[in-house]
Amino acid sequence: MAKVWSEDIGRLVLAGVCVALLVLGLAAIIPGARAAETRTLLNVSYDPTRELYQAVNEAFIKQWKAKTGEDLKINQSHGGSGKQGRSVIDGLEADVVTLALAYDIDAIVQKAKLLDPAWQKRFSYNSAPYTSTIVFLVRKGNPKQIKDWDDLVKPGVSVITPNPKTSGGARWNYLAAWGYELNRSNGDQAKAEDFVGRIYKNVPVLDSGARGSTVTFAQRGLGDVLLAWENEAYLALQEFGGGFEIVTPSLSILAEPPVAVVDKVVDKRGTRAVAEAYLQFLYTPEAQEIIARNFYRPRDPDVIRKTQGNFAPVKLFTIDDVFGGWQKAQTTHFADGGVFDRIVARK
Amino acid sequence: MGGAATRDPVIVRWLLTLLALGFLGLFLVLPLAAVVVEAFAKGLDAYLRALGNDVALASIRLTLIVAAIAVPLNIAFGLAASWAIAKFDFRGKSLLVSLIELPFSVSPVISGLIYVLLFGLQGLLGPWLADHDIRIIFAVPGIVLATIFVTFPFVARELIPLMEEQGRDEEEAALTLGAGGLRTFWLVTLPNVRWGLLYGVLLCNARAMGEFGAVSVVSGHIRGLTNTMPLHVEILYNEYDFVGAFAVASLLALLAVVTLAAKTALEWWHRDELVATGH
Repeated sequence: MAKVWSEDIGRLVLAGVCVALLVLGLAAIIPGARAAETRTLLNVSYDPTRELYQAVNEAFIKQWKAKTGEDLKINQSHGGSGKQGRSVIDGLEADVVTLALAYDIDAIVQKAKLLDPAWQKRFSYNSAPYTSTIVFLVRKGNPKQIKDWDDLVKPGVSVITPNPKTSGGARWNYLAAWGYELNRSNGDQAKAEDFVGRIYKNVPVLDSGARGSTVTFAQRGLGDVLLAWENEAYLALQEFGGGFEIVTPSLSILAEPPVAVVDKVVDKRGTRAVAEAYLQFLYTPEAQEIIARNFYRPRDPDVIRKTQGNFAPVKLFTIDDVFGGWQKAQTTHFADGGVFDRIVARK
Repeated sequence: MGGAATRDPVIVRWLLTLLALGFLGLFLVLPLAAVVVEAFAKGLDAYLRALGNDVALASIRLTLIVAAIAVPLNIAFGLAASWAIAKFDFRGKSLLVSLIELPFSVSPVISGLIYVLLFGLQGLLGPWLADHDIRIIFAVPGIVLATIFVTFPFVARELIPLMEEQGRDEEEAALTLGAGGLRTFWLVTLPNVRWGLLYGVLLCNARAMGEFGAVSVVSGHIRGLTNTMPLHVEILYNEYDFVGAFAVASLLALLAVVTLAAKTALEWWHRDELVATGH
């Protein structure tokens, strides 16, 4: 009896070892498994830039190869801007960060001291090589006749926007609405708070990121209007075809998503030269045209002139003008116990 | 038992059967079918392209590697722990049992976060690891660790009740007859629990390949490097690549089906023994 058992067990163990080896072997065979010796860069970015950086990376790798003869691989990581910043703070080794707002890079400076506090002066235009703004995406034919921010507070209008606590885009949405009412009421903060509160009363679901909200609106069919990045709205139009149209409000916010080299990481990995060249590349006419093609507003005057027809004219205000910068906006509105918490509690 | 069931009116029996089948269809078959339909929505070509690109292959490879490391370790641990718990008496035994079951009661997100708190740059060991250029989280070791933690209880939980039920008589007999501890384990204990072990391993493997929450926290989501299959599915879905997302999901579902089929086949081949040992 015992002998039979032991043979069985022997076979079972052997089979187990075989399966484990087979799995590892299979894993090794799958193409791409070879340990790559090429130099790599990691770009940690926010949600809607996947398509943009895929195109930019392809162009930069080609240019870098032509200039230096070196093969380069650029890895991408995407997610909610705040969450991505948190990952870098916790040790995700990003050579460059390209996030939705300066505050998230400032947080990396404060909490992990991975870059120079003056990072925003390193590149032109406050280190923001492209801009965007906040627009509305509505269903075809605009059945609820949504034309401007004040249409969002009407009863019966369902508004989709992500959670400002986790999403960079959502914070821009919120501040754009605030700025609109502040402008209309000649600077009455109480009126602005009431106005933004009434918009959030019409929000049925707060997703954690901009992309999540777009999928909620476009794929799941929830809501009458999506508050979205301009680039995200155009992309949705392209991906989901004819079911939607873009409405540009009379006044919106100038969103400046910044880029930065993470000093401590590039110095450790010896990638400073290529990382700086990569971000500098974003300002070249070639990259600026890729940027415009991906529905971000370019900075280069020539490219702006060439692509003028692609973007609806809109009056824009900056966060520095109306809110005194991101640090102040963050503490007043989005920190724990801030205005957003007050608004949600009232809801 | 059988007699009582057949005494129920025909209509009741039919209704109950229909209800059970309807439930199964609605919550199991229909979603599975939807995955397959979506995956092939743009034809076989698009399906194969979605699985054949570098990024998808990298995620498949990573998932296999993680499972190939996590499952054997959990087998070794599960066997050792259940043997100690079922066959020996010692102080703190119930504490050990609770510890083993801890991963079941903790949300996977928390399981991931404890590793960030431990190995993250701002964490306890993070600065030391960074100085020595050892990468744990946002790299493969972290993903393996999180997977091991989450799949920790599967083997042990299967084996402990089984071993306890079988008692210690056979082991005591073997020891009396002069067999050593290790020999007793290999020849008596292990053969008695091999079906329970197999079942535990299959469950452990399914979870290791399918884990999302814990892995998501420690992954860093770098395309082609630290995305496992479940993470890759989420990314593709968020990129509006629904065919790609469902193609990878269908592969994950297929792995589960293959696992189940393997288990059924093994049980069928050894059905005589199974009857004999009372399983």
